[in-house]
Amino acid sequence: MKYDIVLAGVGGQGVLSLASILARSAMIDGLQVRQSEVHGMAQRGGAVSAHLRISDEAIAGDLVSQGGADMILAMECLESLRYLSFLKPEGIVVSAAESVVNIRDYPEPEKVLGAIRALPRSLIVDAAAIAKEAGSSRAVNMALAGAASLLVPVKLASVERGIDELFGRKGADTAAVNKRAFELGRLAAESGAAALGGAAAGAAR
Amino acid sequence: MRELVLLGDEAVALGALHAGLSAAYGYPGTPSTEIMEYLIAERERRERQGGEKIAAAWCANEKTAYEAALGASFAGRRAIVTMKHVGLNVAADPFVNSALVAIKGGLVLAVADDPGMHSSQDEQDSRFYADFAMVPCLEPRGQQEAYAMTLEAFELSERLGVPVVIRLVTRLAHARAAVSVGTEARAQNPVAKSADKPGWTLLPAYARKRYDMLWAKQKDMLSWSESSSHNVSTPGAKDRVVITAGLGGNYYEENLRDCIAASGGGAAPARLHIGAYPAPEKAIRELCSGAKSVLVIEEGQPFLEKRLRGILPQAIAIEGKLDGKLPLAGELNPDNVRAALGLPARPTAAAASIPLPNRPPQLCQGCPHGDSYQAIKDAIAGLDSVSITADIGCYALGALPPFSVPDALVCMGASLSMAGGAADAGIKYPIGVIGDSTFLHSGITPLIDAVSGRKPITAIILDNSIVAMTGCQETILPSGRLREICVGVGVEPEHVVTIEAARMKAAENVAAIRRELEYRGPSVIIARRECLEAIRIRKKREKAESGQEGGRA
Repeated sequence: MKYDIVLAGVGGQGVLSLASILARSAMIDGLQVRQSEVHGMAQRGGAVSAHLRISDEAIAGDLVSQGGADMILAMECLESLRYLSFLKPEGIVVSAAESVVNIRDYPEPEKVLGAIRALPRSLIVDAAAIAKEAGSSRAVNMALAGAASLLVPVKLASVERGIDELFGRKGADTAAVNKRAFELGRLAAESGAAALGGAAAGAAR
Repeated sequence: MRELVLLGDEAVALGALHAGLSAAYGYPGTPSTEIMEYLIAERERRERQGGEKIAAAWCANEKTAYEAALGASFAGRRAIVTMKHVGLNVAADPFVNSALVAIKGGLVLAVADDPGMHSSQDEQDSRFYADFAMVPCLEPRGQQEAYAMTLEAFELSERLGVPVVIRLVTRLAHARAAVSVGTEARAQNPVAKSADKPGWTLLPAYARKRYDMLWAKQKDMLSWSESSSHNVSTPGAKDRVVITAGLGGNYYEENLRDCIAASGGGAAPARLHIGAYPAPEKAIRELCSGAKSVLVIEEGQPFLEKRLRGILPQAIAIEGKLDGKLPLAGELNPDNVRAALGLPARPTAAAASIPLPNRPPQLCQGCPHGDSYQAIKDAIAGLDSVSITADIGCYALGALPPFSVPDALVCMGASLSMAGGAADAGIKYPIGVIGDSTFLHSGITPLIDAVSGRKPITAIILDNSIVAMTGCQETILPSGRLREICVGVGVEPEHVVTIEAARMKAAENVAAIRRELEYRGPSVIIARRECLEAIRIRKKREKAESGQEGGRA
């Protein structure tokens, strides 16, 4: 088993913590993990991507191949479309519905969402609203992690343990809010996958 | 043994600690920064919780950092110095000369290259520096190797009496993986100053002997690399053989299965992976004996590829970057290595149905540098003969729209020295824009030149109180000292002007800049306002501290 994810977003959005929760869960499952990060100049409000590789055998390198990713997981909708050359033809795009408009020529957000819906397999998650409902607008990445967890081959119990480990130190309230955002994200993905029918639901375990 | 999840940078740091490190120095620079951050955090932890003390500190620049590490080695202790590739240009003087001295405590230079220029101004390959200084170099291809090679580098440095280079690249420095590490650190070396005065005194009479000795050590280095477990020969098909180095080896292996399948399930090419330099000449000759061609897959500049031309007979075709099989510029990746192996690209998902605008990095909303650039822009409006040379840091982004202010930007400190040269060349209003940390790194000496030559430059120091671009490390001296430094080197006190880099002060800031532009001697404007990211980090820390105090009460 091998599962490659390209994470996308805008510098400063917290793509890293999204990657690390999935990475930690996979390690709890005893899987091999490689997780690339972005530091330095690229972090300043620009397009950023990170690679997360999960496998039950040794992983040769830190980078995902073109046409090698099983999933593109994006914290921003325009950015979800930037790395499609990395996606397998049968791969899925999971994106937050949110737009970060910090450039002049940003397309109309509805057109961006339309382009995501036009892909063979995609899932748009209203991560900002879910995070708010869970109790903290900062839990957007957990909402997305919840949605992704439906498709990524790691055990649900491992992700939950990963969240406890990650947020346990920050107090019971923070941990509870993040867990709630995760659960709501997963629920949203379940109903989204059901609505999409065959393609997305087929991958959901 | 135990398992930890570490960045490549952190694996180097932990390897150094387990090797019995006593001292660590560096200057922040992507992608090397996290080595020192890990070591500084460990120093602070030991100060709080006890444990054998270590020194770990940022320095004013890479040269002072290297020399501090050299001093620790001279005193018998093990020391590491860290920097990015272009930082080694700054530290080249002590680095190259340190190959001649009688290294006592193990001295390791961890230098992180940035192929692809994710956060740099060039792609130089530090293996050339190791070769130039005639010292060994280790090139890890994974986090586990980064840890193990650092441990080994200290032993090697003490055994051969030379500094040893660990060469990292961005994709290793900034990727995490599980690493099996030891549970105990080797004891630190005792403090014991080198008694070998001629071995540490590079007067010509002594230096000539030391240089002969360095040449004599070359065969020891070569026999070490020939037998190193990091240089791995794999037998296979001899028609077109493969040499990989560093991350090139990973991308090769990523494609190996397809490579074998494409050859109809035959043998993979015979291969040599190189992780220890000097290049193992015997192993290279053995690999290539009987081969028609050799493909070289190495991350960075074509270092081995050029070297092969002096090792192999002309009849063997050398393929790689120089003949266009792999791109000369930019990083290796699984895909360009795949193409070099003659494999077709993998099928991918279709492209997006809408055009995607670029999203370049930019100054944060409300960044003080933005207000400074706007003030400069307004101050020079209508003036002829203006030059604006800028420097390395977040404010380099002011070269992009919407500001597009700097005319030139080259290397650390060059903003002020180039302004001086532009003044001599006849530019009437030469402005140098430099950050506070970059000023302390290498802006003071050009300011001294400007004072000495009474050059009419206007130095604008953007003082945001922090080293922002690399993740908000503390500036080496507090902001309050900048004025004293400028006055201290001889800038007239009335021409060292502090302004607040804020939009509401725009009118008076523009007037201040105009005034200093007209002054026909060197002047300095210190544009102060705390970095927004620094404020966020400071408030978070203050909140955590007050929370702790509350808890104790």
